[in-house]
Amino acid sequence: MSRIEKKFRELKAKGEKALILYLTAGDPDLETTEKLILTLDRAGVDILEIGVPFSDPTADGPVIQEAAQRSLRKGTTLTAILKMIARVRKVTSIPIVLFTYYNPIFVYGNERFAGQAKKAGVDGVLVVDLPPEEADELRTFTDPQGIDFITLTAPTTDDRRLEKIVRTSSGFIYYISVTGVTGTKEPEAEAAARDLRRIRKATDLPVAVGFGISTAAQVRKFAALADGVVIGSAFVKWISLHCQEQDFLKQAAAYARELKEATVL
Amino acid sequence: MKINMPDNKGHFGIFGGRYVAETLMPALIELEEAYRRAARDRSFQKEFRSYLKDYAGRETPLYFAANLTEKFGGARIYLKREDLNHTGAHKINNTLGQALLARRMGKKRVIAETGAGQHGVATATVAALFGMECEVFMGAEDIRRQEPNVFRMKMLGADVTPVTSGTATLKDAMNEAMRQWVARVRDTFYVIGTTAGPHPYPQMVRDFQSVIGREARRQILKKEGRLPDFLVACVGGGSNAMGLFYPFRNDPETAMVGVEAGGKGIATGLHAASISAGQVGVLHGNKTYLLQDKHGQVKDAHSISAGLDYPGVGPEHSFFHAQGRAQYVSVTDDEALAAFMLLTTSEGIMPAMESAHAIAYAAKLAPTLSRDKIIVICLSGRGDKDMGIVAEKMEVKLP
Repeated sequence: MSRIEKKFRELKAKGEKALILYLTAGDPDLETTEKLILTLDRAGVDILEIGVPFSDPTADGPVIQEAAQRSLRKGTTLTAILKMIARVRKVTSIPIVLFTYYNPIFVYGNERFAGQAKKAGVDGVLVVDLPPEEADELRTFTDPQGIDFITLTAPTTDDRRLEKIVRTSSGFIYYISVTGVTGTKEPEAEAAARDLRRIRKATDLPVAVGFGISTAAQVRKFAALADGVVIGSAFVKWISLHCQEQDFLKQAAAYARELKEATVL
Repeated sequence: MKINMPDNKGHFGIFGGRYVAETLMPALIELEEAYRRAARDRSFQKEFRSYLKDYAGRETPLYFAANLTEKFGGARIYLKREDLNHTGAHKINNTLGQALLARRMGKKRVIAETGAGQHGVATATVAALFGMECEVFMGAEDIRRQEPNVFRMKMLGADVTPVTSGTATLKDAMNEAMRQWVARVRDTFYVIGTTAGPHPYPQMVRDFQSVIGREARRQILKKEGRLPDFLVACVGGGSNAMGLFYPFRNDPETAMVGVEAGGKGIATGLHAASISAGQVGVLHGNKTYLLQDKHGQVKDAHSISAGLDYPGVGPEHSFFHAQGRAQYVSVTDDEALAAFMLLTTSEGIMPAMESAHAIAYAAKLAPTLSRDKIIVICLSGRGDKDMGIVAEKMEVKLP
């Protein structure tokens, strides 16, 4: 059983939902990212999505675009991110999902990536621009390594397509709660609830909701509907505002704990 | 072997495809189905042809450039005069096709990306014609460089949205257009200006632009009684080149040369020669040759011509390159500028700086060929828009 699967089972037994935080690796620098991962783990975050910065992030809003640019200016690479994950993996068992666009992986080499990601302790990959139609070229290598392949569904995904997507997913389903890029619109609970019912009908996999959720109140609202809630842009923005402060890690732990409480129903 | 690509998932060999977020997939599938129906529908084709003829002004002439031929002292030079189209470039062929399709699909709003502004103007033009709302995304840096085209788009009723993200040029404008499309995918049709982007765009844009090659093939057969030895066209994303090349793809006697922007020279790293000097990668929804670093981060392109200033290239060109069906070369900014002057003074035809790249390569190729050989060059657009850049290079101050 993968770490991700195990985590969702444990949470279910406790009557909790998963708090999933996204952060862009290397923003403000990889050393801080490393410390943040350990801090967030201790603060009770359930799953981490580690963003690999890409020069042309077409599915992201301004906040994550800028974080990616800052990270790239620091010279962050996929190689360095995998090394950093290998280090934290020695001291934490928090499930880690690499959240990325396809080109950095493709250029790194799909087979090499699968091997190195497994070795580093990556549990799942979410490749934003790799829909099921194109995913085989990577999954040929990541599936045999037991790396979960997390797929996206959107409000625009119809039932027929949904069937096809969930059939090929593992780990969990990531439901994009808004028709838009990350962190720009607030999702509507009613529409999300309708879509989540459709997804539940199609699969037994856990479903996480993200793209536009930013506050503890929203986490509470969507945690009631799904198995997990993803906070991305809001957290990335929070990091950029506070990362220079003395007690940054302490504040980050408090930030995470407040959100985590909202997932305990 | 006959080349008939793409396959049903939009792949040209290993190139092309549909590398986009799930939010866009349903829209691309809807578009693909709508396009497939339209392509088979005689009434759509008839309507498209009638707009090409009566609105864009087709067919465009295939002009024998006697003075240029004399100057080069070798092969006979023909110019396919796409500069004589309405709005001054081949771009209108494609925007008419896509706007007609958008209308069929019931979309009342179109968006587009633009670099030099030619595709933006061509999109704003058809939006005015068909009464559609139009928003054009343009890099802030390009807005500064291409002021007159920005004004033209605004007069045509389009909103021009400056893009400041990334490097504020064409690739960022395309990123932003894709983001906006994601956000309003239900009521918006994205008019992509070149043979790039996710399937079905490379195929659809090629098909709409193929009128260039179909006419040229017919015209040269009539004038010379045989097919040309060479086709030469500039390649940024590659829509004018693919439009010319595609109808000749199964004519082995006709060689094809795509001319990329060599900028300040390939060795300087400041260029836009994706096939000549790039590696395979994935950008803007397709797999193709890209300018990128060894970590897969896309690099900026550099060219005197804003229309060629793009770090990728249409996937079918990558395929033609891999198959050896077409050859891809590059010429520098300075060579293009010299060719601009040469065509202007020898034939009284002022080419777009993009098209000047094709002329510059023909200037190297023609003298090596005997006088019975034939070269057809795609003169993709007219050069009025480039006055500012030419004046700057010649250190002349315009009023």
